[in-house]
Amino acid sequence: MSEALWALGRGTGVVALVMFTVTIVLGILGRSGRSVAGLGRFGVTEVHRTAALTGTTLVAVHVTSLFFDPYAQLRLVDVVFPFLGAYRPLWLGLGTLAVDLLLVVVTVSLLREKVGPRVFRTVHWATYALWPIALAHAVGNGTDRTSSWLLALAAACAGAVVVAVGWRLSPSYGERGWSRTPRRLPSWPSP
Amino acid sequence: MSRGARRLHVDWTRCDGHGSCAELLPELLALDDWGFPVSRTGERDPEVPAVLERHARRAQKACPLLALRLIPAVTRAP
Amino acid sequence: MALTLTTQRLLAGLDHGPAPRLTAGGLVDLVEASGLTGRGGGGFPTARKIRSIGRRPVVVGNAMESEYLSRKDAVLLRTAPGLVLDGLEILASALRARRVLLAVGHRIDPGPVREEVAVRRSPVEVRHLAGGFVAGQESALVNRLDGRPGLPGDPLVPVRERGVDGRPTLVVNAETLAQLALLARYGADWFRSVGTSEDPGTFLVSLTGSTRDVVPHPGVVEVPRGTSLRDVLNGAGTPVQRVRAVLVGGYHGTWLPMAALDAPLSRGGLAPYGATPGAGVLHVLDRRACPLRTSADVASYLARESAGQCGPCLNGLPRMADTLARLAVPGADPRLSAEVERLQALARGRGACAHPDGTAHFVASSMRVFAGHVEAHLRGECHALGGAA
Repeated sequence: MSEALWALGRGTGVVALVMFTVTIVLGILGRSGRSVAGLGRFGVTEVHRTAALTGTTLVAVHVTSLFFDPYAQLRLVDVVFPFLGAYRPLWLGLGTLAVDLLLVVVTVSLLREKVGPRVFRTVHWATYALWPIALAHAVGNGTDRTSSWLLALAAACAGAVVVAVGWRLSPSYGERGWSRTPRRLPSWPSP
Repeated sequence: MSRGARRLHVDWTRCDGHGSCAELLPELLALDDWGFPVSRTGERDPEVPAVLERHARRAQKACPLLALRLIPAVTRAP
Repeated sequence: MALTLTTQRLLAGLDHGPAPRLTAGGLVDLVEASGLTGRGGGGFPTARKIRSIGRRPVVVGNAMESEYLSRKDAVLLRTAPGLVLDGLEILASALRARRVLLAVGHRIDPGPVREEVAVRRSPVEVRHLAGGFVAGQESALVNRLDGRPGLPGDPLVPVRERGVDGRPTLVVNAETLAQLALLARYGADWFRSVGTSEDPGTFLVSLTGSTRDVVPHPGVVEVPRGTSLRDVLNGAGTPVQRVRAVLVGGYHGTWLPMAALDAPLSRGGLAPYGATPGAGVLHVLDRRACPLRTSADVASYLARESAGQCGPCLNGLPRMADTLARLAVPGADPRLSAEVERLQALARGRGACAHPDGTAHFVASSMRVFAGHVEAHLRGECHALGGAA
């Protein structure tokens, strides 16, 4: 039973990492305003959201199955408060931190119409911290001598994100692909 | 005017010409030279026919800047 | 200036004694009976505006004078600041306003009105504010008064519902306030004794010209509504034969060609020309000026004055002004005409405020009234620059 829970925990963790990688890459692609064949712009947004929610669900299963697996030695406090864990506390703590950030980002995103675009956008920036923390947790907690495949997968995910972020920072990223004058944005939200 | 009819309202203080709306609601919206939505009906806030209501809602949810709202078609005059 | 037909009411410089206090109901009835409409540009019936405002509102007097050619707010605040304050205080007491403010534009000296506030211990808060053409727009002004950047807000939630401090806010032009101050003392019948039946009272005209020849003495005069354009020009000593057209209302206004010289300056009288009295600006265009050049310059100014918040305005107005400027060079590409038409249609109804609409209206008016001149330019001639008259 413990082995099954451990496998479920690791499996969901790995797929969640892939989901969040897809999420962040599509988020950057979406912000660029570029259309993707077969998806359009709206499709990029919708798949971005689906991947995020799928990853979140997988993380919930990941945490729950490991919580009930005696081998993982997870206490309830470890689910919310980082760096207090028994098994590889540093890497586990990063996982806890990632879950905390994920909870905030997902909650605010689901409530975006209520909180308004400024709060939504500001909280969303936290995803640039969330993803590397999740990656570090995956590599630190999930790998040992027998998991070179996980390292390779993590490297592929990291590569994709590095390329996307590099593009995000480059000048050609531009005004959602249009040749136009950038808008002057109010530094306060409109009511 | 039918009860419950809606209009699509663009909050121009938020719109950044992303363009998902025009993809999802091409019957009512086109994009101008700079990527910003233009109403095809000539109305400022185009009325959404019942058959397009579902698509209009999808367009509203798809806007990454929360710039779209579905408002009642009949508003009180001052 | 020697304008003999003025009916001096606001500019009479008389001491009218203390302003009466009215109840909300009494105020609305009085203003309704008078037929007073807003003098800030919109021309909205003032009674309707007052009636629709919520409880315990904030009252804001708009003396921003953001219309470039206007000087009337400055003249009022210099010669009759007490009347503007009276108007504010009458509204504030009748509506039991929480706060009452007066926004004074940067081109105006707030000294006299501040002094008057001190002398009468008025509750009016005078705010001297910087800002360009869009700064007097009511939601932009409300944002500015709340300490935010002066960018217009989404009109879906108008300031009369949520404005300063999140409260219902009534924004009234300084001249409208001054008119109200006299109306409250002398009554609706008195107010209606000049002007037309559908557009009663007087209004302040800011008269300017493209050269000193056509308007030797630019300035502000008070005239009854319904006075003909010809009478105002004659009174100002304008040689009418030297005039090509007059821009009526302001930079968002409409050109009246010389064939329309006898148009009455009232809402009804100007409506057939697609014009309104607007902010009271009358800008006289000398026959020797190229009207397309002038229009292009105005359009260019209006494009620069975009708040920069809304894509269609920020991008559309410069392109439209640019296209008009290219049309203003004789020998222009004939397709530019259709392009101007396309761009002005694209600017309408898009954006948080009426700046793109007003600019489009002005450009459309220029193209329509100066159509003959456009054709000449396309043939490579300009009638204003020494070509055939």
